Order: sequence, then C-alpha cells, then structure tokens
Amino acid sequence: MPVIQLQQIHRDFQVGDQIVHALDDINLQIDAGDYLSIMGPSGSGKSTLLNLIGLLDRATSGHYILNGQDVTALSDTEQAITRNKTIGFVFQSFHLVPRLSAAANVELPLMLAGMSVEERRSKVAQALEALHLSDRAEHKPDQLSGGQRQRVAIARATVTEPAVLLADEPTGNLDRKSGLDVMAILETLNDRGITLIVVTHDAALGQRARRQLHMLDGRIHREEQEG
Amino acid sequence: MRLFGLDVLRFAWGALVGYPSRALLMLLAMSIGVASVVMLTALGEGARSYVRGEFASLGTNLLTVIPGRSETGGFSPSTLMGETPRDLTLADAQALTRSYSVHRVAPLNVGSAEVSRKGRVRDTVILGATHDMLALRRWQIMQGKFLPKIRWNRAMPVAVIGNKVREELFGTEPALGQWLRIGDRRFRVIGIMGSEGRSIGVDVEETVYIPVASAQQLFNTSSLFRILVEARSRNSLPAVEQYIIKTLQTRHQGVKDVTVITQDAVLLTFDKIIGALTYSVGGIAAISLMVAGILIMNVMLVAVSQRTAEIGLLKALGADHRQILSMFVGEALLLSSLGAGAGLIIGELGSLALRQAFPVLPAHAPLWATAAAMGVALGTGALFSLLPARRAAALDPVTALSRR
Repeated sequence: MPVIQLQQIHRDFQVGDQIVHALDDINLQIDAGDYLSIMGPSGSGKSTLLNLIGLLDRATSGHYILNGQDVTALSDTEQAITRNKTIGFVFQSFHLVPRLSAAANVELPLMLAGMSVEERRSKVAQALEALHLSDRAEHKPDQLSGGQRQRVAIARATVTEPAVLLADEPTGNLDRKSGLDVMAILETLNDRGITLIVVTHDAALGQRARRQLHMLDGRIHREEQEG
Repeated sequence: MRLFGLDVLRFAWGALVGYPSRALLMLLAMSIGVASVVMLTALGEGARSYVRGEFASLGTNLLTVIPGRSETGGFSPSTLMGETPRDLTLADAQALTRSYSVHRVAPLNVGSAEVSRKGRVRDTVILGATHDMLALRRWQIMQGKFLPKIRWNRAMPVAVIGNKVREELFGTEPALGQWLRIGDRRFRVIGIMGSEGRSIGVDVEETVYIPVASAQQLFNTSSLFRILVEARSRNSLPAVEQYIIKTLQTRHQGVKDVTVITQDAVLLTFDKIIGALTYSVGGIAAISLMVAGILIMNVMLVAVSQRTAEIGLLKALGADHRQILSMFVGEALLLSSLGAGAGLIIGELGSLALRQAFPVLPAHAPLWATAAAMGVALGTGALFSLLPARRAAALDPVTALSRR
C-alpha cells in the first residue's frame, strides 16, 4: 500500500522572464515503511520535491496522493491539518523556537492540533523519554548541544505519530558522531514503521537508505534499490 | 477552533517575555497614551467641578442685575432720544426687596482707592457693600464682625479688611478697632476676612469692605456697580427675574435698561467651555493612543520579519492561516491590554497626585474617558496588528524556513 504517490508532478518557478522547471514530470511511489534517500547536487530539485511531499509547496501540475487521498486540491487549512497529522519535519538547522524550552518546542504541534493540556503533557513526556531527553525537558535550545537539539527536533516531529518523516540534511549542522547518532535514531523510527525520507548531498549518508533517488535538473535521474 | 485562546495567550506571553525590550517599548507607548487620556480628562473634570463649586459658593439662587441692556431691543424711546441707560441706585435696590420671593438683596459698589495707615500706603479694591453681603455670598469672617445692619443710605466710618491687607498695613500689630485712612476719610477696622471665602473675581483677602453709602461718598457717585438678588428658592428664579425687570422698568419710566443674569446661564456657559476643553484635550490624548497603535504596528512588523523562521516552522508543524493570524493579533492585544492597564494605573496615580497637589481641583477621570481610553487602546492594538499578522500568515513556508 503506497503512502505517497506522485503522478506527473511539475513545479515551475518564474525567475525573471525565464521559467525554471524545478520538478519536471516526477512519478514516484513510496510504500509505507520505506526508507528513501534523495540525493543530487544543489539545484537538482531535491528540496523542492521534499517541500512538495511535505505540503509546504504546491505542484504546478500533476497529482499527489497521500494515504490514498488526493491532497493536490486541498485548501490551505486542510493541508495544514494534514501536515500536522501525517508529516513530521526534521531540518538541517533544527528550527527550534529559541525562547521555548525543549518540552514546549515538542508541544507545539500538539498545541496547533488543539489537543488538551493533560494529553499533551503525557505525549510530550513520552516523546522526550523515547529520545533520552527527559532530563533536558526544561532546557532552552541554547543550553543544548547540537545533537541534543536535533533530538528535540525529532521528538517534535514524531510526537504527533506521523506516517511520514521528512528529514532535510538532518546531519548537516552536526559533527560526525552526533550525525551518526541522529541517523541511528531516524533509522530506528523507520524500523518501527515510519516512512523515512532523507534529503542529502552526502553520498555516504544517502547510501544507508534502502531506496536511493538521484536527482538532476528536476528529474529522477537514477534510482537504486537495495535488498 | 483548533487553537485554544489560552494557548494563544500563553504563546503570546512567551513571545513578549522572549523579547523584553520590544515589549517594554510598546507597553510604554500604550501606557503613556492611556495615562495621558486619563489624566487630562481628570484635569478637565476637576476644572469643571471647581467652577461648579465656585458657583455653588456664590449661591445658586443668585441673580445679578447690571445696568444697561445687553441685547438690542428694537425701537424704543431711549434709542430715539440717544439716552444712555439710567444708573442703578440704592433706591432701585431698596425697591427690589419688596417681594416675598426675594430673600436678600445686596447693592454693590466697586472702586479703587489708596488705603493707608501710619505711612504705609497701598492701592486696594474697595467694595461698597451691606450687611447681607456676607450671607449672600457665603463668605466667612475670620475676626470681628462684618458690616453692621444699618440703613443702606447711611454712611458709617467702619471697614472690614482682607487678611492680606491687614498683614501689609498692620503687620503683627492687632488691627481690630484701629483706624486707617481710605482716600481722605478715616475708617475704623471692625472685621477681618480670612481665606475661607473664595469667590470668582474677588480676592476676599485683598479687598476692603465699607458700607455702600460710604463708598458712594468716597467715589462721589450715586450709582451702583450692580445689585445681587438672592431668590428664596430655585423654582422662584424666573418669577424673581420678571419681578426685577418689571420693577426697574416702572422705576425707570418704562425703559427696560437693566440686564439680569442668572447663575445658571453663566454656569452653563462655563460648563460648555470646560466641556469642550475636556473633549479636545482628551481628543489630543487619544491621538497619542493612535500613535501608540502605529508604534505597535511597526514593532509587530519588525517582529514578523525577526520571527520569519519561527512562522515558517509553525506552518510546517501544521499551523493554518487563522492560527498564525490569531497568534500575532493575540500578542498585540495582550500587549495593548497590559499597556492600557499600566496606563490606567499611572493615570489614576497621576490624578491622585494632582488632587494632592491642588486640593481645589477634584481631578477624577470620568468613567467615559477611562472606558474610551481602554477601548481605543485595545482597538488600535487589534487594528494595527492586523496588517503585520496578515503578513505573517501569508508568508510562504518554504522561503520562511530557508531564511536564517
């Protein structure tokens, strides 16, 4: 059962009087529980693809079916709700709100979902516990190491129990050891059933995925599958 | 509703605490605006009640008769013959006492003369008055007695002096029973007026009071400055007014040549003037509230661009247009209500200080002004945050996230 289906997706940008085809006829099917990496040089369209899958961006044409539902034509609010429920983001620069504690950062998506305070509290505690951050719950992001920050970000991305986890260069701002830790965490989550999509230009990192897409000029240039 | 109001408040509070200088700046602007509205209107109201009090101290049943007609009365024999209006005389005043509705009548003469005693000379306002003047104007005597109850046309060499006059002429020496010279006549001091008596146009402490007939001799005139008439009750005021006009018309060979002013008319005029002043001053203060609103808008716009990444993140986490909007409007509302609250406290404290400093001015901000100030503060807060909030809500999440 595919969780993500992209059908003839085009995404065009107007740059000056020129039209740039950031995504050019993408057809892609990703099954639930897949571990996919998207690689390619910068400007190849890999981030645009990730944003599109994450409903942060809309296709110029084509269809995007998420969990069996065509989400291409959803309104902004419906897309926001879908994003909140089914998609988790992990960013290269963590994107933690600096004035909020780790726990409050993790709580944000639950707050936006309108969940009750008690329910939120227990979910946040669970999510932090799972990432061994319970003792860091009240720390502000600037009191945490890079690896810890990314773990808070992962806790935030997974607290809503999304079907799909999107990671954009998740180790880009980390040293090698923390980076490997973070990858191990993400892969453990994938082992438990979450669909993991990692965008990276680091070949070594990309090769850990079972499915590897190589993008070039807005097209899927090459796909490798392991096992 | 996907986002609880309480969450919006908590989030907004976090944002305010997270950027304290920004929050303080906005609080300051808002509170200055509200405080100035509260204080300025309090001042206006204080002035209004001061004037009311002044008039009440004059006696609200008071009518003032002045010679001459203040309105053009069409064709009359006097205009034809080019007559000047007849003077008011003591006999005119005497005639006015013959009505039951008239409680007291006080003929009044004013002039300026040199008052001297043992080589000390001072130019002073001399008021020719009668015994009833004291009660009629609600004055208080500090020492001795006021002018004696004698026939009005009888001159008598007695004087009541204001306390300041006493200080300057007598210093520390006792003044009661002593003689002083007004113009070229000698008068004996029988009373001293203290500061309790305050009155519009007359500084009680700097005036010398002598019997009205004496004053007429001193200034060599048979006319009066004006006649004060106190009606027995408020209800009888119109009747008394008619009575005065008719009586004097008869006495002046059928010519209506006096003007009767009621306290109400004067009070109303003052009330209008002060009311207009209060409104305009309050309006000016309200402009400062608008300025505060614009400041809020600017600071919120800066906040939106500072927090672009945060907004992008919130969108990525599933915040929709309305949630972002309500977060920023909520933040501005929280700020302006805190500012308005602080301003209210400052304004009330300021009014309190004013009352302490000037006890004669009961500076209390009227409820409408306080309510309007709060309303305008919240209104501008909401209104001027709408633009920044909409800008925030309209941010494209991809570009917002890639900033920084």
